[in-house]
This record gives sequence, C-alpha cells and structure tokens, in this order.
Amino acid sequence: MNNAFNIEKLNVFYGDKPALDDVNMEISQKAVTAVIGPSGCGKSTFIRCLNRMNDLIPVFRLEGSIKFNGTDIYSKDIDVIDIRRRVGMVFQKPNPFPKSIYENTAYGLRIQGIKNKSRLDGIVEASLKKAAIWDEVKDRLHQSALSLSGGQQQRLCIARAIAVEPEIILFDEPCSALDPIATAKIEDLITKLKDDYTVVIVTHNMQQAARVSDYTGFFMMGKLHEFDITKKIFTAPSNKMTEDYITGRFG
Amino acid sequence: MTREAYHKALKELENELLTMGEMVAKAMKDSIEALKTRDMEMSKKIIKDDIIINKKRFEIEERCLQMIATQQPMAVDLRTIAAILSIIADMERMGDHAEGNAKINLLIGSEPLVKPLIDVPRMSEKGLSMLDRVLKAFINRDAKTARAICDEDDEVDALYEQIYRELLFLMIENPKKIEGATYLIWLAHNLERIADRVTNIAERVVFMVTGKMEEVNVSKY
Ligand SMILES: Nc1ncnc2c1ncn2[C@@H]1O[C@H](COP(=O)(O)OP(=O)(O)OP(=O)(O)O)[C@@H](O)[C@H]1O
Ligand SMILES: [Mg+2]
Repeated sequence: MNNAFNIEKLNVFYGDKPALDDVNMEISQKAVTAVIGPSGCGKSTFIRCLNRMNDLIPVFRLEGSIKFNGTDIYSKDIDVIDIRRRVGMVFQKPNPFPKSIYENTAYGLRIQGIKNKSRLDGIVEASLKKAAIWDEVKDRLHQSALSLSGGQQQRLCIARAIAVEPEIILFDEPCSALDPIATAKIEDLITKLKDDYTVVIVTHNMQQAARVSDYTGFFMMGKLHEFDITKKIFTAPSNKMTEDYITGRFG
Repeated sequence: MTREAYHKALKELENELLTMGEMVAKAMKDSIEALKTRDMEMSKKIIKDDIIINKKRFEIEERCLQMIATQQPMAVDLRTIAAILSIIADMERMGDHAEGNAKINLLIGSEPLVKPLIDVPRMSEKGLSMLDRVLKAFINRDAKTARAICDEDDEVDALYEQIYRELLFLMIENPKKIEGATYLIWLAHNLERIADRVTNIAERVVFMVTGKMEEVNVSKY
C-alpha cells in the first residue's frame, strides 16, 4: 500500500450543517498534496480530520472512513494522542510558545518524557537542521522564540513538529502571514520535507499549490471536485469548475 | 539560494534543449553524409528518426507549459522559457529541412550527381557550426556571440547564391541535367533555410539575455 491516507465517503457536519460532502481521496506517501478552493469550502475541516483535530469541536460529526496506513483513525480503539504525534500539524500563524528556541523544539519530546540531555540536544539540532533554521539560531538556542522573525518562527514550528518524528506533516496556510522571501524559504523546505515525510498543505494561494505540490485537490462547497497530478490541474484540468477557479473566473 | 527544485528543473529544461539540438545536428550532418556516400539506408533512417525529434519538441513544450503554470517564472526565467519555446519550434523545422534533404537524396536515387559536391558540404558545415555555437551562446547567456552568428548568415546566403547560379548555368548548358540540378537547388535551399533558423535562435538568445526584441540580421532569402 503506497497511500498514507485512504479517505472514503467522508461526510462532515457541524451540527446539522454539512461541511464535507462525500469526499474520496487517496494521499500518496512521501509526496506533497495540496488542497485548494474558495474560502469556506472545507479545506481546514478536511485537513483537521486527518489528525482528529476536529474532535475538540462539540458540534463536529463525521461519517465515512479515513484510513491511515490501513487503520481507520476514527475507530473506537484508536489512541488519539498517538495519531496526533504521527500526524503533525503546522498552523497559519506561527505559534511558538513563550519559551526558548530550544524548549520550543524539545516541547513534544519533554511531553513524551524524554529527559536525557544529550538525546534531547541531538534531536533538537537535527530537527532545527531539517527545518532549515539551524544556522540562524544555533548561537541563540536559549533566547526566546518570540525574538525570531515571523518566517523564522514558522520554521521553528516546523522543527517542533518534526522533533516528535511524525510520518505526516499537515500545513494549514503556513505562509499566509509571511513575506515573499520567508514564503519561498518555507516552500523550499516543504519540497525537501517530502523526502522523509508525507505532506498535506492547505493554501489560499493556488500559485503556491502549483509550486510545491505533486497532487492537488480542488474543493468547493464541501465537495472534492477534482483531484489529480498538480501539473495536470494547472495546465489542463478535467473539470470546468476547476478551470474557472484557477483562471480566476470565479471565487 | 531559495527555490532550489525550481532552478534545478529549469536547468534540466536547458539540458533537454541541448539534447534536441544534438538530435537535429545529427540529422543535418547525416543528410549530407548520405548524399556524399549515396547512402539510401541512412537517408531512410533520417526520415524515420524525424518523428523522434518532433516528439522531443512536444515533450519540451509540455514541460515549459508546466513550468509556467506551476512555477510562475519571472524576468530572466520567463524569458528563458519563452526563448526555449521559440527555439524548439525553429529546431523542429531544421530537423524537417534535414529530413527534406534525405528525401531529395532518395529522389536522386542511383543517378550520378550533376556536379561534384563542394559548396553544399561547406554550407552544411557552416550551418552546423552556427547551430553548435548558438546553443553554447544560449547556455553561456552570451548575446555578443549570438549577434555575431547572425552576421554569418550572409556567408551562407552567398554560398547559396553561388550554388544556385552554378546550377542554373549547368541547366542552360545541358537540359538533361535539369532534374538533377533542380534537386541540388532544393537541397541547397534547405541548407539556406537551416541557417536562417539559426539566426532566429540567435535572436531569441539576445532577447533572453538583454530583454530586448531585436531582429539582428535580415536574410536575403
Ligand atoms: N467550528 C465550527 N463550527 C461551525 N461551523 C464551522 C466550524 N468550522 C468551520 N465551519 C464551517 O464549515 C465550513 C468549512 O469551513 P472551513 O474552515 O473548513 O473552510 P476553509 O476552506 O478552510 O475556509 P478558509 O479558506 O476561509 O480558511 C464553513 O461554512 C464554516 O463556516
Ligand atoms: Mg481554512
């Protein structure tokens, strides 16, 4: 099985209101899958289903199945904490804790109970390197994370996600608060991350989806209208609605 | 440097262009070699292989479109891709001219040539050398060399004129040679067109480097 996720007949409701409507999708391992679509189409709802982040919303209800490496993550005997460790998430606004750069990176590890200093040091360094920020912070690991620029904070958040050794990293509009250079750095990083991780990225910026992803799904009003190889979606989409959206004819 | 994957893909695109250039150069070279050695099999192969050149062109074109659609190239990158799109069209036509010469070779068949080949191979070599250097100028972003190559088209035009006049006299002198001479005129004309295409490529290189569209040298033909 080469898919990280197999999503079948996914329906999501907030109370009585449907948010996702019969979504079927296969997410390939070690590739970047982008989710695009107009505001309110259900992108965030969708991506949050993949690590059960929506569980925290009382009115949230889900039907259908999401298999992660073959296991249904919504079945009863699933360890949600374990799922969230294996499926990491990076959010729109960089959200470092008001702690040092080191402590931010080591946060998940400490929660896991890892205390060995040299082990922590090693993972912190490796994670910061993988997140392409090591060179910028190696001399100030014990300064506050809040002293970093927005782009650096976002890469620190990526390092924090990487540190607990997830298999998947979900990004929900990771660059919308960043300038073009910081954005380009994150995009570069995402392209590199797929050597080791499966990446799913929600973005408002369809050019960004085009640049970084291998597969793109186009959502509208809760439905997955088209899902294909990114090159295909942006040169010759099969669906008229997709074409109208990416050419700016609506939305 | 940021956008590493993108810059790598651009580089690959340039390599593909060079590969296509090599394919076209081989067809050009072989078509004259086949004429010299009266090699019908080689001529047939050139005709057959032209399909591969055309396929390569479509492949590169598709990659360019995907790059534009997915990577939003700007400035010099955009000009590079625009140049590549134009250059592959010129090179495909050059391949067609080489194929045309292979077909002429088949038409001449086993008939002896109406005159020894002197200026025709010269024209061909000139065209090959221009193609080789213009592609180097492309890779080196060398507008100066590209402009100079355009000037060389005059030499090719002069050679063509010489061949044309010579064959015309031959036909007047000996009407039996009209058919054979006509084939050689067509052939030389193809070679002249090939050099014109090289000047088109050179103009694209100048545009890519300087950002200015200029018609560098207007061919006589
Ligand atoms: N916590 C919630 N409670 C009730 N409705 C919600 C909740 N979260 C989202 N919705 C609704 O579900 C639909 C999909 O929202 P979602 O946030 O998934 O869209 P989106 O595609 O991520 O939009 P955006 O591009 O604006 O971030 C919207 O109609 C939204 O109002
Ligand atoms: Mg959202």
